[in-house]
Amino acid sequence: MDDKLVIKGIEFKSRLWVGTGKYKDFEETRKAIEASGADVVTVAVRRTNIFDSKSENLLDYIDPKKYKILPNTAGCYTLEEALRYARLARETGISDLIKIEVIGDEKTLFPDSCATLKATEILAKEGFIVLPYINDDPVMALRLVDAGASAVMPLAAPIGSGLGIRNPYNLKIILEQAKVPIIVDAGVGTASDVALAMELGCDAVLLNTAIAGAKDPIAMAEAMKYGVMAGRLAFRAGRIQRKLYATASSPIEGML
Amino acid sequence: MNMKLKLNGTETELKDGLTITGLLETLKIDPGRVAVEVNLKIVKKCDYGKHALTDGDAVEIVNFVGGG
Repeated sequence: MDDKLVIKGIEFKSRLWVGTGKYKDFEETRKAIEASGADVVTVAVRRTNIFDSKSENLLDYIDPKKYKILPNTAGCYTLEEALRYARLARETGISDLIKIEVIGDEKTLFPDSCATLKATEILAKEGFIVLPYINDDPVMALRLVDAGASAVMPLAAPIGSGLGIRNPYNLKIILEQAKVPIIVDAGVGTASDVALAMELGCDAVLLNTAIAGAKDPIAMAEAMKYGVMAGRLAFRAGRIQRKLYATASSPIEGML
Repeated sequence: MNMKLKLNGTETELKDGLTITGLLETLKIDPGRVAVEVNLKIVKKCDYGKHALTDGDAVEIVNFVGGG
């Protein structure tokens, strides 16, 4: 069954994308990512530890030849900051992908839609493959596609909240209207949340805290892998309609 | 002669006329893993060898860390 996710000509083996933050150490990061089966990992751009040449680097554990690196602009609150981080990320020469994340509110970490739209427009023109993190807002999703987004990444719930998909109906509308891959990003808590996203027809799920924050991150990574696979299969299989009343599974005919 | 640089936010004294290639060598940093900005302008990798730093420059060296 050929069911590959392709974005701007890039083929993705896995529909589960994972972050690399909040792990105990790089070794745990490596093991969890391996268990998740993901081939895309997100990373943040930060100052290099210049005063300790022996300090380890994330990329010693996550080989960019094996994984697609998706840098983010996490921590940025303005358009200017996001552009600066995105351009620095690309200048490493490791990836042309960028996850635009411009935060509009410290407490909810909800995105600043205006700055996200502007950043998408500018960076898409500069040749980036732009994947913006957005609220579950169908109109915004369309605006971003017009601005050059290669996929849109609506949140399920606030980042790190583990609340799961709060508004499946908005996601359904986004899926119906936006003609680019839809990747649910942020807020999922466990494997059933991921399965639900995939059953709705989302193209992929990106998560971090749900794995890194689990009691056993490596086991949860594996659970997420199966959640994505089960949800995707169920979506393709086509679920039955919901009905208010029962329909018997066994025939009436032949009864005594 | 030494020059003063603001290196990743910290005042640092280094040998005058050092290029970015020289700076990265001094710091034992793999140029393939980082991006470098001098006075808010990104320096292209192909220019590392010829871009000489001068007194008062603000240099930022960034790399990828764990994030979501």
